[in-house]
Amino acid sequence: MTTTPQAVRRASPRTRRTVTPPDPARSLLPDAEPVRLLAENGTPLPARADYPEPPAEVLRELYRRMVLGRRFDTQATALTKQGRLAVYPSSRGQEACQVGAVLAVRDTDWVFPTYRESMALVARGIDPVEVLTLLRGDWHCGYDPTEVHTAPQCTPLATQCVHAAGLAHGEAYQGRDTVALAFIGDGATSEGDFHEGINFAAVFKAPVVFFVQNNKYAISVPLSRQTAAPSLAYKGVGYGVPSEQVDGNDPVAVLAVLTRAVAHARAGKGPFLVEAHTYRMEPHTNADDATRYRDGAEVDAWRDRDPVARLETYLRARGVLDDAAVAEIAEQAEAYAAELRTRMNEQPTVDPLSLFDHVYAEPTPQLIEQREQVRAELAAAHAEEGDA
Amino acid sequence: MATTMAKALNTALADALAADDRVVVFGEDVGALGGVFRITDGLQARFGENRCFDTPLAEAGIVGFAVGMAMSGLRPVVEMQFDAFAYPAFEQIASHVAKLRNRTRGALSVPIVIRVPYAGGIGGVEHHCDSSEAYYAHTPGLKVVTPATVDDAYSLLREAIEDPDPVVFMEPKKLYFASAEASLPTRNEPFGRAVVRRPGRDATLVAYGPAVPVALEAAEAAREEGWDLEVVDVRTIVPFDDETITASVRRTGRCVVIQEAPGFAGVGAEIAARVQERCFHALHAPVLRVAGLDIPYPAPMLEHTHLPGVDRVLDAVARLQWDDQPDARWAAA
Repeated sequence: MTTTPQAVRRASPRTRRTVTPPDPARSLLPDAEPVRLLAENGTPLPARADYPEPPAEVLRELYRRMVLGRRFDTQATALTKQGRLAVYPSSRGQEACQVGAVLAVRDTDWVFPTYRESMALVARGIDPVEVLTLLRGDWHCGYDPTEVHTAPQCTPLATQCVHAAGLAHGEAYQGRDTVALAFIGDGATSEGDFHEGINFAAVFKAPVVFFVQNNKYAISVPLSRQTAAPSLAYKGVGYGVPSEQVDGNDPVAVLAVLTRAVAHARAGKGPFLVEAHTYRMEPHTNADDATRYRDGAEVDAWRDRDPVARLETYLRARGVLDDAAVAEIAEQAEAYAAELRTRMNEQPTVDPLSLFDHVYAEPTPQLIEQREQVRAELAAAHAEEGDA
Repeated sequence: MATTMAKALNTALADALAADDRVVVFGEDVGALGGVFRITDGLQARFGENRCFDTPLAEAGIVGFAVGMAMSGLRPVVEMQFDAFAYPAFEQIASHVAKLRNRTRGALSVPIVIRVPYAGGIGGVEHHCDSSEAYYAHTPGLKVVTPATVDDAYSLLREAIEDPDPVVFMEPKKLYFASAEASLPTRNEPFGRAVVRRPGRDATLVAYGPAVPVALEAAEAAREEGWDLEVVDVRTIVPFDDETITASVRRTGRCVVIQEAPGFAGVGAEIAARVQERCFHALHAPVLRVAGLDIPYPAPMLEHTHLPGVDRVLDAVARLQWDDQPDARWAAA
């Protein structure tokens, strides 16, 4: 290709100078570093105007529910070992995320939890026995979702993200200012429904907060096999959704970031994506062996970042907590666990004939036939027991 | 007045939107375009963009979004553009739409209608002609409905939208533009009732959706052979009407089940088994099935070989033990 002198002149730096328009995508990007308001040792970091610290009484309640949540979690693990639960996916180590997120929403908002959010649900005030129904195995969901504005704990990964988008849109359509909070894990961000959910929410400007707890493993598979993105929070920009990343073991930061995200959604600005960097201290469930895929040194390093100890240190230093308060909360937690233990040690009653009750609003003729068959089988078995 | 099934469905949606503010219609191309088959024609103009709207092109998203909207108290009616395009939504349908009532002991219901244009006979290229009804019928918690006549299309769709349970509403594409006399609005037999479309004494043809006109045509042709055939239109695969079908077969003593879908493990197999279980002592012949071949839906120039037609139905009727001899078809076995 030949170039004329004129063309060279036209391409000179002076004539090519243009004003670069602001890149709208930049405003959607998260901070390069996770938001952190407390250092790992619990000392406060410089305050941030964009993430004001929640009031002291809220932080005290956050601490109280985290302590109760952790005690609930250890109790559930113990109940599993005793055969009272079929399985239990622990969220130990993720207390700041579990409790911080639900404290950021109102009772009238809707929460879309996964199977790992048992602690979040008890922190939301749902009866712990009803929360554990799924894992105890006497039914699939123990609470009434319409009463507690909480969807059943979702096992099919990421599918709840689209429900959250639809619910938030439906609520807005009917003139209510409900926000939907969708929990999701790092592995599930690879599922299509995460992308469809965040895209639908963005297109319809639905008030949803997508809260990713990146606990580093999807059962055994590390984050590097889920994504090549710089962080999961970066997945928002492609959908036109602003995002933030937060230190998921900093309870103050989690609550501050979620509070802002919820306010963003409620103000009609559309969805918001938050990624919390945290760690699952226990195996995936009691049926998993985490030593096959991660080493003890890694777990130990995260033990030093314990969110409960971190908040306690901070609140003691601020004078919000003292020995007496800590002891009283610990006592509450013990009482909570003791009551749960007692109630869970009672054998739940299950009714085989109830299997036919909620398949349809009214059972089909075929289900009525099958119910009669089961009724006859039960009667025969009962008669046999009587004979024996 | 002569009306097409497409127009009857369109009228049913318009009447449902007018009758109940909670009804919303959405999917791909259902807004300005009115749907690729024009079933939603004019709805957005009449009811506004909040009540009839286009979505991102993602079927799992559409159905999952409908689940959430139903949880907020609305009654979504969603369109899957074609049968095979609904497959990405299958997890949402099987794990949530079908199960939410059960999982929550009835606390949460999701009264969604998922409209699925299905089956072939329209010269469609691949992935546009699947008969997918068995997947849904095999999933407890779903109702599965498929109209075969113009006025039934209206009636069944209105009932589907009012039903407290989720309904997969399967629309036979090849019948969309067939015209018939229909006076709308109309309400026919409720869900769970099959209908005798043609009375007869010698054998019962059981069919649904696109196979019903084939059965009626075959019954007409059979008169020349001296057979008087009854035709039963199943209408609602779930809930299924054992009573009407059993009563018909007990009268006639012979039964052929006709479906366009591949026969293996299909809805026709279920019907044949149910008839055989319930009518054994009334039967003069085994219950036979006439179905599509057990092949992926063929290319347009070959679909006529796949689709069960009048001749294949009459061949089956001829094998109904009229002279009480072993069926030559199984002689080698």
